[in-house]
Amino acid sequence: MTATLTRADVASAASQKRRRRAPGWLAVVPLLAFTAVAFGLPAIAMLNGAFTVKDPASGVSSYTARNLSDSLQGPYLTALVGSVKLSALSALIAAVLGLPLAQAVVSSRSRALREAVLTASGVLANFGGVPLAFAFVATLGNAGVLTVHLHLTDHGWNLYSFWGLVLVYLYFLIPLMVLTITPALDGLRAQWREAALNNGATGVQYWRFVALPVLAPSLLGGLVLLFGSAFAAYATAAAMVGSAVPLVTLQIADAISGNVLVGQENVALALSLDMVLVAGVVMAVYLPLQRRSARWLDA
Amino acid sequence: MARRLTPWRWAVLGLAALYFLVPLGASVVFTVDVPGQGVTFDAYSQILSADGFLSSLVLSLELAVATIAAVLLLMVPALVALRLSAPKLRPVVEIVCSLPLVVPPIAFVAGIATVLKWGPDYLSRTPLFETFVAIQNPTFPVVLVLAYVVMALPFVYRALDAGLRAIDVRTLVEAARSCGANWPQALVRAVLPNLRGALLNAAFLTLALVLGEFTVARLLGYEPFAVWIYNVGGSQAQMSVAVSVLSLLVTWALLLALAGAGGRDRTASSRG
Repeated sequence: MTATLTRADVASAASQKRRRRAPGWLAVVPLLAFTAVAFGLPAIAMLNGAFTVKDPASGVSSYTARNLSDSLQGPYLTALVGSVKLSALSALIAAVLGLPLAQAVVSSRSRALREAVLTASGVLANFGGVPLAFAFVATLGNAGVLTVHLHLTDHGWNLYSFWGLVLVYLYFLIPLMVLTITPALDGLRAQWREAALNNGATGVQYWRFVALPVLAPSLLGGLVLLFGSAFAAYATAAAMVGSAVPLVTLQIADAISGNVLVGQENVALALSLDMVLVAGVVMAVYLPLQRRSARWLDA
Repeated sequence: MARRLTPWRWAVLGLAALYFLVPLGASVVFTVDVPGQGVTFDAYSQILSADGFLSSLVLSLELAVATIAAVLLLMVPALVALRLSAPKLRPVVEIVCSLPLVVPPIAFVAGIATVLKWGPDYLSRTPLFETFVAIQNPTFPVVLVLAYVVMALPFVYRALDAGLRAIDVRTLVEAARSCGANWPQALVRAVLPNLRGALLNAAFLTLALVLGEFTVARLLGYEPFAVWIYNVGGSQAQMSVAVSVLSLLVTWALLLALAGAGGRDRTASSRG
């Protein structure tokens, strides 16, 4: 009793003191001011640029939707569709392969195996970019160790292609899937399986009618997360295929570094806006799914 | 039941091990078994003396230190204050810190490049122009630190929020205050020690992000470590793969240290 009283006293005394002092939101102001400048300015510049055209003769800028419609035509549309196709396929394959891997880890009773695979997944999911591309070039590129020793080129193998990129993206997408789906698999109760089997269900039926429906929100959420991760990836593709595979990230990079016609910078900004919209849809789908699966697992 | 699954499980794990280990093994073979020269370790011994290796690595480390300091200085007081006295701002901060997830780095750098062009275009007669020049100083590009802090916000927010959720900040601060500590003392001596794990977690994630960052640095024309590896790849294939393998090992060591020090929250280490 005394203890609670003292704590309440202290609390009220402290809050009185706090009221006289600078309010707490002052500590939040630097963070908000910083993001307004470092994130808000580029975002506004992108929006503004995506909707303006500068007349090269008079130098006058005017607002228009032409950049956006240009960004959805010709080579830009090809690149956008290429990126969506690559990300969707890699995400789907990674989900299909990551689920059994996660299940193999969860169903094993070995703690060491579980810890090792989850730690490795945490590391590999972060392993992207230039080193990953170079590791695969050294393995399966034109002069790669496996390519040379197994004469893969004779069989039509080419790493610098759409499917080559899929193979490389899986290297960080599968671990990401394992990390995302493992908590959901942990949430599957052994009793559900036993109940299904006692009622005469086969293993396949258990998965089809019990496990997969329960896992569906987490699986979908993971898929969407993987898609977003692959969609935003630039370094791996740039270091590996150059521009052999049309991708929206490579197009934007080319336009920014002035590798294409002058005056295309604003189309690059429109393409960036397209990417932000796709990523926004991804997050809008992912967050409710994540909340839903979290509710299932807490129950 | 688990016993019946065993062969299936081993097949899955074996295939996964094959897929994930072969590229690493092959990369090592690629660097030491040079066609026409036999087995040689030149690729590794030449790294230290290679042009630009040390300067790019030092630049990356400096950027990492500056980014970690900046992001923690911005986030820790803000998140502690949210817990203590401004809970209404919490959704705002959460959204602000999640927004960078919606903007892919390539789109972000497109925006930054546009803003930087305003300097010469519109501001050349104003004092702001000096600022624009200063933050683009090639020996230490502050603009990269600004970009990296923004990109680190979602991960740092998640790491620190998890840490703060685990402790009773209000009681800690009130105890420290009633013992006569002033606000900075309460924060530094009572709250921060209890956040050690979360702070380490946030710092490691930011370090890994900055050391591996390629997109923003390359498109703004700077040469930190990842961009250097890329540039070297064109002329010296063996050495670029050797450096890739080494940088991979260093990143792994860092993240394994994180897994050991930071505890269980592995999802924070996945990129969102």
